[in-house]
Amino acid sequence: MAYITKSPWIIHYDASSCNGCDIEVLACLTPLYDIERFGIINTGNPKHADVFLVTGGVNEQNKPVIKNIYDQMPKPNVVVAIGVCALTGGVFHDCYNLAGGVDKLIPVDVYVPGCAARPEAIIDGVVKALGILEKKREDMKNTGGK
Amino acid sequence: MESIIFLILFPLFAGLLMLVLPNNGLRDTIVKAAAVVTCLGSIYLLFEYFGRGQVFFSIESALIDPIIVAAELAIGLFIIGISVKHKKYLITVLAALQLLIMGYTEIVFQPTHMSGYDLFIDEFSLIMALIIGIIGSLICVYATGYMRDYQSHHKDTPDNRPLFFFLMFLFLSAMFGIVFSNNIMWLFLFWEITTLCSFLLIAYARDEVSWKNGFWALLLNTVGGVAFAGAIFFVNAYSTGNDIYLNELLKASPGVALVAAAFIGFAGLTKSAQLPFSSWLVGAMVAPTPVSALLHSSTMVKAGVYVIVRFAPVFEGNLVGITFAVIGALTFLVASGIAISQSNAKKVLAYSTIANLGLVVACAGIGTEEAVWAAILLIIFHAVAKSLLFLSVGSVEHKKHSRDIEDMGGLIATMPKIALMMLIGMAGMFLAPFGMLISKWASIHAFVNAMPPFGMLLIAIIAYGSGMTVFFWTKWMGRLIEVKSESNPLKEEASGAEMSAIYSLGGLTVFACLLFPLISSTMIEPYINTVYNTASHLLSLNNMLIMLMMIVLVILLPLSLSHFAKGRTLKPQYMGGRATGDDLRFLGSMGIMKETEFSNYYFDDIFGEEKLNKIGNWMTILLLVVLFILISLFLPLEVVM
Amino acid sequence: MSFMQFIFDNPWIGVLLFIILSPFVGGIIFGLDRIITARMQGRVGPPVLQPIYDILKLFEKEKMVVHESQNFWIFGYLVFIIITGALFFAGSDILLVIFALTLAHVFLILGAFSSGSPYAHIGAERELIQLMAVEPMIIIAAVGFYEVTKSFNTSDIITFADPLILTLPGIFIGCIYILTVKLRKSPFDISTSHHAHQELVKGLNTEFAGSTLAMVELAHLYETVFLLGFLFLFFGMAAPIVGIIVIAIIYLIEIFVDNATARVKWGFMFKSCWVITAVVGVLNLMALYII
Repeated sequence: MAYITKSPWIIHYDASSCNGCDIEVLACLTPLYDIERFGIINTGNPKHADVFLVTGGVNEQNKPVIKNIYDQMPKPNVVVAIGVCALTGGVFHDCYNLAGGVDKLIPVDVYVPGCAARPEAIIDGVVKALGILEKKREDMKNTGGK
Repeated sequence: MESIIFLILFPLFAGLLMLVLPNNGLRDTIVKAAAVVTCLGSIYLLFEYFGRGQVFFSIESALIDPIIVAAELAIGLFIIGISVKHKKYLITVLAALQLLIMGYTEIVFQPTHMSGYDLFIDEFSLIMALIIGIIGSLICVYATGYMRDYQSHHKDTPDNRPLFFFLMFLFLSAMFGIVFSNNIMWLFLFWEITTLCSFLLIAYARDEVSWKNGFWALLLNTVGGVAFAGAIFFVNAYSTGNDIYLNELLKASPGVALVAAAFIGFAGLTKSAQLPFSSWLVGAMVAPTPVSALLHSSTMVKAGVYVIVRFAPVFEGNLVGITFAVIGALTFLVASGIAISQSNAKKVLAYSTIANLGLVVACAGIGTEEAVWAAILLIIFHAVAKSLLFLSVGSVEHKKHSRDIEDMGGLIATMPKIALMMLIGMAGMFLAPFGMLISKWASIHAFVNAMPPFGMLLIAIIAYGSGMTVFFWTKWMGRLIEVKSESNPLKEEASGAEMSAIYSLGGLTVFACLLFPLISSTMIEPYINTVYNTASHLLSLNNMLIMLMMIVLVILLPLSLSHFAKGRTLKPQYMGGRATGDDLRFLGSMGIMKETEFSNYYFDDIFGEEKLNKIGNWMTILLLVVLFILISLFLPLEVVM
Repeated sequence: MSFMQFIFDNPWIGVLLFIILSPFVGGIIFGLDRIITARMQGRVGPPVLQPIYDILKLFEKEKMVVHESQNFWIFGYLVFIIITGALFFAGSDILLVIFALTLAHVFLILGAFSSGSPYAHIGAERELIQLMAVEPMIIIAAVGFYEVTKSFNTSDIITFADPLILTLPGIFIGCIYILTVKLRKSPFDISTSHHAHQELVKGLNTEFAGSTLAMVELAHLYETVFLLGFLFLFFGMAAPIVGIIVIAIIYLIEIFVDNATARVKWGFMFKSCWVITAVVGVLNLMALYII
């Protein structure tokens, strides 16, 4: 079993979100949900992170930042898009200034719908992401690449 | 004895040859040749006198006395003349006073050099001779390349290179004279020659700043000279004629030995730029780099502590010695603190030198065997590492046109060879397991056993000072290796002469660390055993093995670089998600490209130069007053005619 | 006593035990630290072995660096922290142990400087200030040990007949004050911290990823075991059970202080460490002479 699933560290980025989903993400860290039980730590540094949680509709200024953060995360890593805005743009889908979804920029592994997404759903999404993370780790080991 | 006389006289004559050669290329070759000869000469001396303990010589010639008197007179008159010409009348008065004291002594007491051994050699002199011969020669070789660059950079400075090299080699002669003299009057002559060389070399550029700093150095050194002359007068007046010989003087009664030691020690304080006399050394940094490396870090200032260490057995266990020790320790503390607030590289090196010499003085003032052991180790390692650093900084300055630490960022990428040598030099100055750290370890061991409760005070001072030295050296090292983005190394970092000297000193630094157990057991411990009449081992086998293991590990550690260079993914620094361009430029708000600049902490409000100097100067002046009061208690009331 | 005698006659046993056991001992101590912290905050907390899982995970990640030389410096840090602890548990000269510790920290700081990143730069500068702040106290502690036991060797200090805390109470208090700095606990966690989202991203550790960060964390485990061992010297074999209990209580207090205080400015940390050192450390030393 890969240790990466026992100690997934997250980095959370708000890409022009209304902050509703962000508050729910941070609520997961509070005593009510306490995701540190799974060894999850919220680091603010992509170089330390395994799971990239993105919320929001992604406007022009977010695009280079999201790409930069994703680029600076060492492999294996997973991306979890949280909230309908991050999935498709949500109610802002047709806006001229929004990209309409994180997967327009970087590959997304897990989609967590909701407006705002509930902490239970977010935790569910992260657990699914851990499964994908383990698979990616296996692939990495098999191809011998780092 | 011939090799000793050779070492004293050869550099002088070589220097005279350089003085009269106008052709730069030919003179540079002569300099290199003379440097090689001097270096080989001191190494030959090592083989000739290794393991022979103390050996004394006397010169059977009636001409020597008049020559020495004439030389002193000449120097004195020259100083009087030049100080009058530049209206520095305080120096005139002091120099005249010095001449008067010496003159009175000569006329009334008529000391003759026939009554004892004038020259000698023992392990300590041998170590000093090796430092002077090897390091001095390397610096002179470096100077050929450096001065050529210097003159082409400073078009308005008159090209006085013949005089420059003459003074450098005259200085080497004088230094050899100091470490081989048993007759303190001869020592004094050589001492004065070094003062003169220092003055003229600081003032090399012949502009207003250089003259000002040169005269300030001359003033403070002449104050020491007056004290030295006073000591000579005192010994002649209050004791038998034999006590002008160091080996006799060290065995004399406290009434004679301690007073002489205090006066000569005072002269040593001025020569080694201890507080309150440290400002001359800082000001002397206007001189060309080889001067700073040779005189003001590895040799001349060592002469000051050399005499104090010679008198260590006299200082042991009494308040006079403790006073010297506290002055030294305070100097260490204050100078280390000031070094934190300086960004001018040469000033950092100057204050670091002052601090390390303070530590040596502290050890010598305590005067126990362990303390002297630590002191000699400090002298060796400091000489090697500091000269390496000065030469490197000089070469860096020529390429970067700045001697500010803040401009040396990422030097490991642009000037990798010199930067690596600088890292070795800096590590040598404070990091375990290099030499200076071993010396600091030894001094703490020595201080815990010193006269209580002063030992505790000294330990407390060392503890704080040690933290400060870690700070300013690591900060500088960090600057050198801080690479923001890839850059290309310069094709030629410095001339061949400069690089060969720098590489040699780098190698010597590492070599000396590896060899230090050998140096300790074959040279330092025998010296201490002779002087203190004991047979103790000062470095236990266990500790020595641990230190050697650490040194070997540190040397082998860079091999891991080959492993760590493979299979890595290179990614840029994290800049909050912003993409970066060259040199960490990032897109800021309003679409403007912003620069990233780093700077070090300098703590000017806590460790400011002016503030700390004032505190340090007042405290040490107070201590000097205490010293004079203590000495007056020892002054005998009768005169022995 | 005979077990200790066996250890001292064969210092290699102590060294090997230290090298092999410290990651586990340190990992469990940190795990308990996180669990107690969580309970204080009304949470459940991670599994006890979580710190070890963290390190193992980091070794599995892609080897990402800013400059290739970074790992050289961090490897040096790890090696010399191990050497510090090894020398300590082998019973050698405690001053050499302290200087090896300083060397290790200089390697860490240089590793952070070498990345050329603004966050790492400030983290490194602050780490350097921390180093300067705690150095006097540690040296004075070593000298205090010498003054009472007349030896600098750890083996002599630990087997001294009386518990050293009785004669060195001031120095003990000073050591606890700087322990907070060394353990990177609030209010003195100014260069990097285990709490989330620092003012400097991760400060000192910002540019360390994957195996580099794993080495840093591993070294921190070794260092913690060494630091707690250093505190144990104040009790030694004269009062071992009391010593372990007191150290456990002190660690609990550290966790409590960590949770209850906010980070102070580096100026306050620096000045307060030096003032505390002067007051309790130097006074204790002077008192030893008078008594």
